[in-house]
Amino acid sequence: MAADTVVKPDFQTKRKHFIFNEDHDRLRESIGSFVEKELAPHSEEWEETTFPDSVIRRMGGLGFLGLSMPEKYGGQGGDYFSNLVLAEEMAKSNSGGLAMGVAVHTDMAMPPIHLFGTEEQKQEWLVPAIAGEKILCLGITEPDAGSDVAGIKTRAVRDGDDYVINGSKTYITNGHRADVIVLVTKTDADKGYDGFTLFLVPMDAPSVIREKKLEKLGMHASDTALLAFQDVRVPASAMLGQEGKGFYHIMWELQGERLIGAAGCVAGAQRCFDRTLEYATERTAFGRQIGKFQAIRHKFADMATKIEAGRQMTYTTAWRFANGEYPVREISMAKLYTAQMACEVTDECLQIHGGAGYMKEYGIERAWRDMRLNRIGAGTDEILLDVIGRSYGL
Amino acid sequence: MATFAKGVPAAAPARPLPPFGEEHEELRASIRRFVENELRPHAEGWEDERWFPNEVFGKLAANGFLGLKYPAEYGGEGGDHLHDAVLIEELSRSGSGGLAAGIGAHVNIGTPPIFKFGTEDQKRRFLVPGIRGEKIAALGITEPGTGSDVASIRTSAKRVDGGWVVNGSKAFITGGVRADVVVTAVKTNEEGGHGGLSFLLIEKGMDGFTVSRKLEKLGWHASDTAELAFQDVFVPEENLLGEVDRGFYLIMANFQWERIAMALGAVAAMARLLESSIAFAGEREAFGRPIGNFQAIRHKVATMATKLESSRALTYHALRLFHDGQDAIREVSMAKLLSQRAACEVADEAMQIHGGAGYMKEYGIERAARDLRLGPIGGGTDEIMREILGRQMGL
Repeated sequence: MAADTVVKPDFQTKRKHFIFNEDHDRLRESIGSFVEKELAPHSEEWEETTFPDSVIRRMGGLGFLGLSMPEKYGGQGGDYFSNLVLAEEMAKSNSGGLAMGVAVHTDMAMPPIHLFGTEEQKQEWLVPAIAGEKILCLGITEPDAGSDVAGIKTRAVRDGDDYVINGSKTYITNGHRADVIVLVTKTDADKGYDGFTLFLVPMDAPSVIREKKLEKLGMHASDTALLAFQDVRVPASAMLGQEGKGFYHIMWELQGERLIGAAGCVAGAQRCFDRTLEYATERTAFGRQIGKFQAIRHKFADMATKIEAGRQMTYTTAWRFANGEYPVREISMAKLYTAQMACEVTDECLQIHGGAGYMKEYGIERAWRDMRLNRIGAGTDEILLDVIGRSYGL
Repeated sequence: MATFAKGVPAAAPARPLPPFGEEHEELRASIRRFVENELRPHAEGWEDERWFPNEVFGKLAANGFLGLKYPAEYGGEGGDHLHDAVLIEELSRSGSGGLAAGIGAHVNIGTPPIFKFGTEDQKRRFLVPGIRGEKIAALGITEPGTGSDVASIRTSAKRVDGGWVVNGSKAFITGGVRADVVVTAVKTNEEGGHGGLSFLLIEKGMDGFTVSRKLEKLGWHASDTAELAFQDVFVPEENLLGEVDRGFYLIMANFQWERIAMALGAVAAMARLLESSIAFAGEREAFGRPIGNFQAIRHKVATMATKLESSRALTYHALRLFHDGQDAIREVSMAKLLSQRAACEVADEAMQIHGGAGYMKEYGIERAARDLRLGPIGGGTDEIMREILGRQMGL
């Protein structure tokens, strides 16, 4: 009945989430220190110029671009959770645009090439992408079709041994720097969801036109393109995956993308939270640290709770995904919750910073702008609500 | 090139979320059957009577449900907190928050301090019959003038020859009307504060110990909530639980499990409300189609489901840490804070979806909304949770 032994157990056990092991810890440390040393110092400069391609080459050289890809393609042969580690650590760059550009390469365009690609396609694109020598992008959205993928108009028409592609894509992250695009096209207008096919289209193919670099609210370190395809001719061997299965391929891709996006939201919110906590203990008003006021203290309690809930949702869902489940509902919930949470957290952080938060210097207004994209990109809040609601038969 | 019949890899079947495994799913099925057959049919009647019969404890005990986490030597099942977690989740399916709370007061907060801090003699006298459902335990901390600020407890115990003399009162004691033993927080040191608290096992029938009032309340109708009075109650030495002046630590230890229990209850309640709302929205028609086919309702359901799953993810995380024996105060406080408010919001949306039917007694939605409203108050208010979290960050 020694009360001490009951209420003060030996807390020496290392606190670790059950999806992570010591390899992940080492990976986290190594990516984290790289990001702090080589990326974060340039974040402000890259907001003006977009990040240089050399970042991708350097990360490829360090082995960070193919963490869960097989070793035979130059990957690290790690598990899915290593990708979460990368997404989380990239938040330390303080640049949403940079994190997004890398994620589009590693977690949006790369997985479908790995899963659906032929051996030749993998040798041609996957191997150099993992090495950081070639940059990838993904083309789904069009000027007139966003989440309503069925409305996609870009056509690929068979002509002998080739396909001829016509159409346009917009809001394409990495669209200016990419060497190849994973392109969603319609190959059979009469087949609805069974009429889509993916192609790997080299961005230097004649008649692939990079129309303009789009300006945007945030994510300034990334390049966002409007692309036009005018009679672009690719061989049939450029088809990625099965003909007519492009819609299902891309829906599969979106699940991984959304989960990585959720991890990025959690890490981004945590980063902003940490910096704001520091601020609240330094800044004084009415004779004390502002964090010592109950109103501010409770804001932190609420933020920390939301962030932790988002993190646990993300980890739990990643566990399901890595087990081979196809948890569309749970992924949609994790993406919806974390995106909204991250926007709420960055807004509260801005509030706690007051005037300083509104200034460029502290980087909070940038986080606020960057984070807002998450409620729109990779499926808007409203689309996710629809996906979740429909999963219950409604 | 890999080819897939449906364009995507075949999906593996869903597995129970850690910390739960297949073993817990079997227990879950068995408790669920019990709840369906023995509790649910009576829930409404017991709500109306403002009381559930003591036989409920006997029936639970006959199935081993009151001692899931206790060792076999005391008549328990030799399980752990995870088995109790399953019990808590399933009890919330009884349809009566008061019934679940009445049982929970005994299982989750009444008996654990006796097991953790009690002497062998105390365990024989109170825990063993408690597990058999023959003696009911309640926890008495809150007073008419003192809630979360436990350092201000005023009920005093003065040392006398062979024991203690207790004077004071306790309020909002769940199960307090029927309890055979109340694990009672008392001030044993004139200086008061955190260092001056102790616990005494005060038994029904002791001279000067009375139930002064059975309190009426917004919800939790099937449970008995007592105001207790102590007038020169002599409590013998052997009824001191734990060490003198170390009661604060007992309270703190107990709070963690109580709060996890509340979070688990809220998660399960939300799951039930979601199921009811989906079923109702699929059946009820308006303007020529089921109301669930309207986007506004579909999005409400999706929002409710997301609140449920975010609470579940955080609660299970706290439960895993607690079960591993780690310091989980941060996560437990977060889970309690998030889940109780979420449950109130989900209940309110469930009522909105049910419309007039939700406002009527018959569907059980209005009851759930009333029952769940206690969540942000009991076991430490939302504001107290935020204080704990904020102070942990050094604020």
